[in-house]
Amino acid sequence: MSNSVLFKSSIAKKYFMALTGLFLCTFLVGHLLGNLQLIFKTGEEGRRAFNEYAYFMGHNLFIKVLSYTTYIALIVHAVDGIMLTIQNKKARPVKYAYNNPKANSGTASRNMAILGTLILVFLATHMANFWWKAKITEEIPLHSLVKTVDYPVGQNPATGEMITKPIEVTHYLNTNGTYQQFKVKDPSTGQEQKLFEIKNKHEFYDLTSHVKIGDGYKDLHTVVMTFFSKENSSALFGVIFYVISMLVLGYHLWHGFASAFQSLGLNHPLYMPIIKKVGMAFSIVVPFLFAIIPVIIYMNH
Amino acid sequence: MASKFINITLKIWRQKNSKAKGALETYTLNDVSTDSSFLEMLDQLNEQLINEKQSPIAFDHDCREGICGMCSLYINGRAHGPDTGITTCQLHMRMFKDGDTIYVEPWRSRAFPIIKDLMVDRSAFDRIQQAGGFVSVNTSGRTMDANAIPIPKADADKAFEAAACIGCGACVASCKNGSAMLFVGAKVSQYALLPQGKVEATDRVLNMVRQMDEEGFGNCTNTGACEIECPKGISIENIARMNREFLKGALTKA
Repeated sequence: MSNSVLFKSSIAKKYFMALTGLFLCTFLVGHLLGNLQLIFKTGEEGRRAFNEYAYFMGHNLFIKVLSYTTYIALIVHAVDGIMLTIQNKKARPVKYAYNNPKANSGTASRNMAILGTLILVFLATHMANFWWKAKITEEIPLHSLVKTVDYPVGQNPATGEMITKPIEVTHYLNTNGTYQQFKVKDPSTGQEQKLFEIKNKHEFYDLTSHVKIGDGYKDLHTVVMTFFSKENSSALFGVIFYVISMLVLGYHLWHGFASAFQSLGLNHPLYMPIIKKVGMAFSIVVPFLFAIIPVIIYMNH
Repeated sequence: MASKFINITLKIWRQKNSKAKGALETYTLNDVSTDSSFLEMLDQLNEQLINEKQSPIAFDHDCREGICGMCSLYINGRAHGPDTGITTCQLHMRMFKDGDTIYVEPWRSRAFPIIKDLMVDRSAFDRIQQAGGFVSVNTSGRTMDANAIPIPKADADKAFEAAACIGCGACVASCKNGSAMLFVGAKVSQYALLPQGKVEATDRVLNMVRQMDEEGFGNCTNTGACEIECPKGISIENIARMNREFLKGALTKA
C-alpha cells in the first residue's frame, strides 16, 4: 500500500489510538443514556421501557453497524495499545536506578496501559454477565407478567351472584406492543393450559397451526435488577467491582480524552484549555453516573 | 549570599565501554562549594579520582553556559537535575544539602547507547536532522536574502521558540517511553512555520519521522514530561504540529 506510513509509523499508531478512543467515548455516552433508564423509570413501565430499548438496540440496522464499529474500535484500541506499550518498553532496555517521574507527569498519564488492562478485565466480566447471555446463549428469560384474575365459573342460583375463582394468567410482552396471554393456571388444582408455545427462545408459535404469531422481549431489565439486588449474595461484590472499575475508567479518561486531541494534532492555545476542562468533566461525570446506577439498584432492591 | 561548603555522597554509573556491564559506584566528596556548578563538582571529583590513581568519570560537556546541548546526566531521577529550564552545567550545588546522596546516571534510551560512564552517543539525533532537518538552498551565488520575505511576527516567534532546541536529549531521557517526539516536533516546527521551510515541509516530516522510528525511539503517550524537563521549555504544541504535518504528508504523498 502506498500509504503504508498511515499504518506503520509511530505517529499513525497514535492517530488510531486517538480516533478509536474518542469513538469509544461516544459509545460510553450512548451506553450511559441507556443505563440511566434503569433508575429513572420504575415499576412495570420502567421494565418495559428498558427492555424495549434493549430490543431496539439489538435490532436497529444503524445501531448494529454502530455496535460492530464499537467492537472493532475496542479491539484496535487494545491491540494498538499493546503494540505501543511493547515498543515503548523496548525503547528503554536499562531502567533508571533512581527515577522521579512524579516531578514531570501525572499518574494517570504514566499508567494508561495498566488502567486499560483493568478496563479490559472489567469488560470481559461485564460482557460475560450481560452481553454473552443476551446475544450468544440467549439464556435470558422473556419479559413476562403473571396476573391473578378472578375467573367466573358459574352463578349462584339463589343470589344470582357470580362465582369466581382466582387463576394465574401469564402474559408475555409481544414486540408488537401487546401483552399476549401465554398460559393460565389454576393455583388450587395446579392445572395449567398453554395458549401458544415458544420456539427459538423468543418466538411465539400457535399450538395448532404452528405459525409464528409473535416475538418476545428479552427481560434484560430483570437480569440487571437481580444481578445487583441485595437478594443476590454476590451482588455486593458485583457493585463494588463495578464502582472500582468506573474509578479506573475515570482515571483512564482523565488523561485519554485530552491526549487524543493532542495526538490528532489538535493542540491550539485557544482550544486546548477548553478541551482539557471538557476532558476532566467527562472523566468525572460519565464514570460517576455509570457507577451510581448499580449502587442505587442495590439499595432499592 | 556567602558560599557554603557541603559534603556529599555520589552514586555514579560507571561503565567501561558500550559493551561492558555497568554499575552504580559510590563516591564521597567533601568541601564542595555551593557556588560551583554540577559539572565543576564532577571536575572536583575527577581530580580526586586522578589523585587516587583511579580512572576519572567520563561525562559530556562543552560550552558550560547552557547553549551547546552537550551536557546531559539524569540527576536524582530527573534530566538535568532538580530544577527546570536549565542544563546540567547551569545546575548549581546550592540545590543540594550537606549530607545529600546524589544519583547520577546517563540518559537511558536504546537509541542513545552508552559510550563510557555517563557519556551517550546521541548521533541518532544527527541522523534524524540529516533526514530532513534542513532547507535546500540554491548555491548559485544569487541566493535570495532570507530577510526579504515578510514573515508574521507571531510565526517567527513560534519558529524561534522551536529552534531554541539544543538537541540535548533530555526529552528522550525523561520520557517514560524514551520517545524523541519533542525533539523531532521542534525540528519539524521550526521549518514548517516559516515560508522557506514550507516548500519541503511534507517530505521533511515524513523522512524525519521515518528516521526517528528506525532509530528505535519509543512512542509519545502525551505525558508531558518532556516539556517540563526541556531546558529550553519547548512546548508539546510542537508535537501536535508534527502530528498535523505528518497526517497531511501521509495523506497526500504517494
